[in-house]
Amino acid sequence: MGNLTLDKVCKSFGTVDVIREVDLAVNDGEFCVFVGPSGCGKSTLLRMIAGLEDITSGEVKIDGTVVNTTPPSQREIAMVFQSYALYPHLNVRDNMGLGLKQAGQPRAQIAQTVERAAHMLDLESYLNRRPAELSGGQRQRVAIGRAIVRKPKLFLFDEPLSNLDAALRVQTRIEIANLHRELGATMIYVTHDQVEAMTLADRIVVLRDGRIEQVGAPMELYKNPANEFVAGFIGSPKMNFLDAPALGVAGKSLGIRPEHLALSRDAGMIEGRVSHVEQLGGETLIYLRADPHGLITVRLFGEHAAEVNDRAFVTPDMARAFHFGADGQRLSM
Amino acid sequence: MSARANILRSSFAHAILIAYTILALYPVLLIVINSMKSRRAIFNDPLSLPTRETFDLVGFHTVLEQGNFLLYFQNSMVVTVASLFFVLLFGAMAAFALAEYRFRGNLLMALYLALGIMIPIRLGTVAILEIMVAANLVNTLTALVLVYTAQGLPLAVFILSEFMRQVSDDLKNAARIDGLSEYRIFFTIALPLVRPALATVAVFTMIPIWNDLWFPLILAPGESTKTLTLGSQIFLGQYVTNWNAVLAALTLAIFPVIVLYLIFSRQLIRGITKGAVK
Repeated sequence: MGNLTLDKVCKSFGTVDVIREVDLAVNDGEFCVFVGPSGCGKSTLLRMIAGLEDITSGEVKIDGTVVNTTPPSQREIAMVFQSYALYPHLNVRDNMGLGLKQAGQPRAQIAQTVERAAHMLDLESYLNRRPAELSGGQRQRVAIGRAIVRKPKLFLFDEPLSNLDAALRVQTRIEIANLHRELGATMIYVTHDQVEAMTLADRIVVLRDGRIEQVGAPMELYKNPANEFVAGFIGSPKMNFLDAPALGVAGKSLGIRPEHLALSRDAGMIEGRVSHVEQLGGETLIYLRADPHGLITVRLFGEHAAEVNDRAFVTPDMARAFHFGADGQRLSM
Repeated sequence: MSARANILRSSFAHAILIAYTILALYPVLLIVINSMKSRRAIFNDPLSLPTRETFDLVGFHTVLEQGNFLLYFQNSMVVTVASLFFVLLFGAMAAFALAEYRFRGNLLMALYLALGIMIPIRLGTVAILEIMVAANLVNTLTALVLVYTAQGLPLAVFILSEFMRQVSDDLKNAARIDGLSEYRIFFTIALPLVRPALATVAVFTMIPIWNDLWFPLILAPGESTKTLTLGSQIFLGQYVTNWNAVLAALTLAIFPVIVLYLIFSRQLIRGITKGAVK
């Protein structure tokens, strides 16, 4: 079991409100990702769930029990940190086993649990090494191993992939997804990378300025964003926001994803000039400058030839466009 | 840069460093060589090395025969090591608390603890003596340890709290989740990571304590509690000074400090922090 309920949770540092009345329920076995720009409070929220930060007001419940004042070690959680946070003076085996030793488990049982986790993470040959003798990817696996052996109700991940290089990040991302499938445990994962959020999450929580902007499954957020912020944050490359009055449509801005724009050399709704072209092989990104809309990103599949300063027209697929009002909220059409 | 220019530059740097080393070590060397010469040779030719005719260990004989030198050594050692221990322990603990916990008056407390750096403890000598008399601690080594601990703490807290702030928060939080108590986090995680800083503070704290004459003279002048510096004073008379004995005592006094220094400087190696985070 591993349910988490946040009930009107607030956090203030002095007069600064970092988390404002967050309500959230995470179900047992769910992979929930907190995503948002830096400074949105997502890490603070995670640390409040872990018990590393006090809660100013509201309630945090794990499996229905209020844990506001329970120390972190008794919340039956495990956390993986961005900086790995391995104990430098202990080898891999003791790093993974320290929590269990502290909880007073018998030595043989600890050894067995650690072996099993090491096998799962392919760390068996490194058990006697110190963190200093491991690569970044191996260190992160040890950190994950340290979380697994505790058999927690909740796994908390605080930007675990940020210190890895791009290739390793993709690989570890897949490993974490597999781990979730294998363990079936509840996981809460903080990231600022919307690609990680989209690929890992059962449910994404988009945060801004300490408030939840929207909660939903990845494709739900992609297809049905509640407001301009979520629309701009989810999806890569970023959604275009066109000047709605200039196009004669409702609202203040018209949101259209780069993949939902048609490009033409001869005719179309908006005329512009190519300002930059990115050839990625599988797809081509063309950036158009068109007043008064600013820079428009067009995403075309396959290879397309375009020169800077070429004249081009784009036409949004209006069925897939979003209308936003002056307050940034979605207008129902 | 060419390899040639590199060699030139590094040899220039080394020349300066070697010159400075000679300059700094020369007085020490003078003390050591003169301690092994006869009185006449010290005055006639103070800069020369002892020769067969001038070699004379009379100073060492005097020092070792003159009563309680071994005891003075022991007293100095006890006072220095005990004070060092308490300065490092309490200094590191205070630094950890100041760096780690958010509480009302944190900054004020830090300023208060650092204030002692600017105010010499000797200004309070009269009050300290009164306290020691009232506590019946005059002529005990405890009195000296207490005073030196107080004297060393401000700088220790000041330096160590800066280093404690650099100990990764994630590491401490990971330990909290693993169920380690705050004391164990302090002793097993924070302290080993600030070891280089501890060694630095130890060296800075140790030298003034070892060399101090003021407080032993005032608080513990009794024969059984004399420290080495105070004990050496018997050879410095108003009219006659037994230079052989003074130089011999100083030579002997150098070695324990060198040993302590070697112990601490080994700790300055940073290697252990590598791989903890990032």
